[in-house]
Amino acid sequence: MSDRRPRIAVVTFPGSNDDGDARLALERLGADAVPVWHAATELDPDVGGVVLPGGFSYGDYLRCGALARSAPVMDAVRAFAADGGPVLGICNGFQILCEAGLLPGVLRPNRQLEFVCADVTVVVESTGTPFTSGLAAGDELVIPIKHGEGNWVVDDVLYAELVERGQIVLRYRDDVNGSRERVAGVVNRAGNVLGLMPHPEHAVDPSLGPTGGVPLLEGLIAAAGEPLTGRALASR
Amino acid sequence: MLIRPKVGILDPQGEAVQASLAHLGFAVTGARVGRLVDLEIAADDEVAARHEVERMCAELLANPLIESFEIVTGPA
Repeated sequence: MSDRRPRIAVVTFPGSNDDGDARLALERLGADAVPVWHAATELDPDVGGVVLPGGFSYGDYLRCGALARSAPVMDAVRAFAADGGPVLGICNGFQILCEAGLLPGVLRPNRQLEFVCADVTVVVESTGTPFTSGLAAGDELVIPIKHGEGNWVVDDVLYAELVERGQIVLRYRDDVNGSRERVAGVVNRAGNVLGLMPHPEHAVDPSLGPTGGVPLLEGLIAAAGEPLTGRALASR
Repeated sequence: MLIRPKVGILDPQGEAVQASLAHLGFAVTGARVGRLVDLEIAADDEVAARHEVERMCAELLANPLIESFEIVTGPA
């Protein structure tokens, strides 16, 4: 591990609005945040992590995340993820990862048909990801949510498989949006792509509220700081 | 294209519409809210055009996990 601060790309789509907070939070926690525009066709080779931030990319037209998934930058994000690089999708970023097929399921309008905005408690279920490796199963984190479409849906068969493989990473302690079995965050099979509806980037500063986002972002930063050996460096 | 939530998929919009209609005194036993997409395509071959539209639906316009789609074609 060198003394260099890990570099983490924060992608901005037209309509993203949490990209600024994501960059601030990462910088505060010891990373260099690299702004990346959605039209970019590649990521800097020294980028060790990617954040797809919250917001309303492309105005949520068609379906949330549906248009962003075909943005030019997503080919680079796909390649980065396929190489094992850590990718964190927050809120709209989670929706984009689902639409892109990088994460299972899809996010539907909240059960109660209301936008929810609240600090909520999420419970850590799986610690086998870089984002939760510093946590214990059962740990509770208080993190804000703010979304209209966070109701995560998968079919019964896939849901059972995901539980079996430890891909359910976070659950809301209490139901907030009708999401299946209160799922708040899901990881891909390889364990390096996490999507979650809560906003860890809004929960890093005690003077502004809860700080439950810190361990998740620190996990991302730690993974982004690891040397690329073990990832398919040659293919990048 | 007519794009609809699949049967069995929770449709909060449809439920809200049904409840509002009931509120207005209309007897409705079910409501589902989907989406209509009109496309104009210059094509001589309707079969080929329909095939192309099927691909558009599968790749972008509908999410096959939660939505079904129906294609209706006709001259402009």
